Amino acid sequence: MKVNLSTPILASDITPESVFQERRAVLAALGLAGSAAVMPAQASTPSGAELKAARNATYTVPEAVTRWEDVTSYNNFYEFGTDKSDPAAHSASLHTTPWSVSVTGEAERLGTLTLEDILKPHALEERTYRLRCVEAWSMVIPWVGFPLKDLVARFKPTSKAKYVSFTTLNDPKQMPGQRDRVLSWPYSEALTMAEAMHPLTLMAVGLYGRVLPNQNGAPLRLVVPWKYGFKSIKSIVGIHFTERMPHTTWNDANPGEYGFYANVNPSVDHPRWSQKTERRIGGGLFAPRVPTLPFNGYAAEVASLYAGLDLRRYY
Amino acid sequence: MPGGLGADPVRTVTDSTGLTALRLLLITLTITPLRHFTRRSEWLHYRRPLGLFAFLYATLHVLMYMLIDRRLDAHILWEDMVKRPWITLGMGAFLLLIPLAATSTRWAMAQLKSRWQLVHRCVYLITLLVCWHYYWQVKRDVRAPLVYAAVFLVLMAVRLWRIYARRSPLGRRPAAGS
Repeated sequence: MKVNLSTPILASDITPESVFQERRAVLAALGLAGSAAVMPAQASTPSGAELKAARNATYTVPEAVTRWEDVTSYNNFYEFGTDKSDPAAHSASLHTTPWSVSVTGEAERLGTLTLEDILKPHALEERTYRLRCVEAWSMVIPWVGFPLKDLVARFKPTSKAKYVSFTTLNDPKQMPGQRDRVLSWPYSEALTMAEAMHPLTLMAVGLYGRVLPNQNGAPLRLVVPWKYGFKSIKSIVGIHFTERMPHTTWNDANPGEYGFYANVNPSVDHPRWSQKTERRIGGGLFAPRVPTLPFNGYAAEVASLYAGLDLRRYY
Repeated sequence: MPGGLGADPVRTVTDSTGLTALRLLLITLTITPLRHFTRRSEWLHYRRPLGLFAFLYATLHVLMYMLIDRRLDAHILWEDMVKRPWITLGMGAFLLLIPLAATSTRWAMAQLKSRWQLVHRCVYLITLLVCWHYYWQVKRDVRAPLVYAAVFLVLMAVRLWRIYARRSPLGRRPAAGS
């Protein structure tokens, strides 16, 4: 693993070792429980530098977590190719050290920060979220990160800041999929300020207690669990505050199929497939689909953000 | 990877059986041009088994979708059929393929006589529908479906060129293989 996050993470070491060990044991048990019935228990063990993070008991789900092997081998990350197996196969060329993020737009504290600068003040925590892809499959992933709102607050957005947009690295040498114009590079995504400031919205640097593998969006990615996966932009190098609704990659590519909001919503179908159910990855060949929940099961937390908004029109 | 079916085996099996069916249809369509270009009729021995294998994989593909993925839920299947044109196309192609498979025996050939060829020319329409079905299903990267469509168009162009060449007096040539 090329990433070395040890300095800032040790500085925020707030978790007793015993708690950390227990968390891993629980995860291992859950992981095995989820896979033993359908697959030989031959899952590859999580790899990469370990992160110290406290488990946040508020943010867990009752379902079993998806196996590490599936989380890290089945990815949509078109920067490395359009097949689900491409990111794991072709992302070794991504160099995440050094890494910097530029902060621009309607905020008081602008500039370029190194990844270490970004991470230093934040205590890492582990949260298990459901991830629902717009393609009607889903996973349950134990992320390691910190709330985006704490990062945003450091930049002191002005009253003009109504949206915050994010940009992925644009470098075809490191991201071979960018040699093909299947999407308009660099990939960009955006949230309203209210969405960005919501406590559920996570800046992730790891999963399964380890630094993010490249194929999962190393070294810094967004996780917005109540929205379709494409909103959770990976390998972020730019953060921009703006007054007007920003362009976003999939919305630009096909506005009829991918909206700006992209909230998980079983009652609004994608034009080419139903969003009522989803296939939970790891269930095997004969597992039934599971019903998709409004806002991916986070309606109690986030539905109020969209009070008065016609979710059929603003999908 | 255990079993080799990956994280989403339903999708893996559905996609691979569908793609295999399309490949076999295209290979079936190369038999006649091969026969003409090589002037050897032995190629014809392969056409019926290839076509039947295409039907087998198409059946597996449709069963994966209807039985394993959609659990024979009539409501969902109906909604897919009427609301999602790419599924309508795929289903149409499969339904058209059934009479071809059913009339693949020597007995059926004898019964249908000259109409047999007419029925089996449906394979051109079926392959076109399948290419279209594949193109419409893809989310963004349409390169692979376009390659398959291009192969289909080449195979059709070869046939049209031959009809044209045989009709024009200057291009007249002895019919190959007969």
